[in-house]
Amino acid sequence: MTALAALIRRDIRIALRVGGGALIGVLFFLTVVVLMPFAVGPDLALLSRLGPAILWLGALLASLLTLDRLFMADHEDGSLDLIAMSRTPLELACAAKALAHWLAAGLPLVVATPVLGLLLNLDMVATGAVALTLLAGTPALTFTGMIGAALAVTLHRGGLLMAVLVLPLSIPVLIFGVAASQAAIAGPLSFGAPFSILCALSLVSLVIGPFAAAASLKHGLD
Amino acid sequence: MNGLVQGQMQLTGRGVTCVRGGREVFSRLDFQAASGEAVAVVGRNGSGKTSLLRLLAGLLIPAGGTIVLDGGDADMTLPEQCHYLGHRDALKPALSVVENLSFWADFLGGERCDAAASLTTVGLDHAALLPAAFLSAGQRRRLSLARLLTVRRPVWLLDEPTNALDAAGQEMFGGLMRAHLARGGMIIAATHAPLGIDARELRIGGGV
Repeated sequence: MTALAALIRRDIRIALRVGGGALIGVLFFLTVVVLMPFAVGPDLALLSRLGPAILWLGALLASLLTLDRLFMADHEDGSLDLIAMSRTPLELACAAKALAHWLAAGLPLVVATPVLGLLLNLDMVATGAVALTLLAGTPALTFTGMIGAALAVTLHRGGLLMAVLVLPLSIPVLIFGVAASQAAIAGPLSFGAPFSILCALSLVSLVIGPFAAAASLKHGLD
Repeated sequence: MNGLVQGQMQLTGRGVTCVRGGREVFSRLDFQAASGEAVAVVGRNGSGKTSLLRLLAGLLIPAGGTIVLDGGDADMTLPEQCHYLGHRDALKPALSVVENLSFWADFLGGERCDAAASLTTVGLDHAALLPAAFLSAGQRRRLSLARLLTVRRPVWLLDEPTNALDAAGQEMFGGLMRAHLARGGMIIAATHAPLGIDARELRIGGGV
């Protein structure tokens, strides 16, 4: 347990230092959402109707933006070799890294949502619904994105490949995330059904992600 | 239970073959190393010295042959009892020297020594709070060596360990290796330069 705690602590520390990824994600999220009212125009009703979708898209892209470095940095400086050799199972180490990434880069997106909701003319209920769905859904984005990040190391290609691999996996999360938010705001569907599916997606990715990433990394070490 | 072994250890490789990217690097290599013994792996560039170390570290899978460690801790695999010092230092530039070292000590686990004392031994105590980004190549190597001292592992796999070390550093490192061997440890080092300790030579490839 100390090993995993140490890994989580280290990754969060690096992410929060200068040049770390944590702030970049939030800034990107902020940029996308701030620009949207200028592009859509001053139609408040339209903005509040699009609001949840815009927030979800921004959060999705922001989390993809920082994910591709998840294993690449450790691979480049040789840390991944030592992690793979250690007494900690690689699956657990992957899960710990993803958790650290979510705490440093995913959680701030959820925290920033209420502020950004103001810009999109969302009321209290709507903002709360979007923040809640993001809280439930962003772990799924991180843990499925981790698979792509591991493949990027294996295939020695970063960046765009990762986005292409991960985007299809994150589409269900986007669909049910936005559906749950819309249901809470406008109805007529119940909030429960899409939200439960969103939670289920997160739980499934929590289980599958670390195993898939570890399997990919084991093949990629050379 | 972990830490240095009770009694003798013996590392044996039989008919080890390494294939990388479809190309046979070396084939049917036999080697042996025992507690208290250092083996210097020599050969020309590209003969597979690093590949052999990575095979031992479990980072590559042999295309043929077996690698067995007798003695040692029966509950652990060979890689779990090894320290691997590769070309890359496994240091994070954003973290300070002491943060880097204590992370690896916490993560690798097992029997450990005082991190501050290891830093003093390798001559980095004055830079403990400095971010690793500001270290020179030789200082980075020294910090990696501090990892080997802080966490006890019976087998050291060293890839060009004396690279970037100055004369004093090489002398210090020779002393560390002798102390490790005296405790019953084992060293397998890929090297071009003299190691600075008595070592049995294992030649691979080299057009023999």
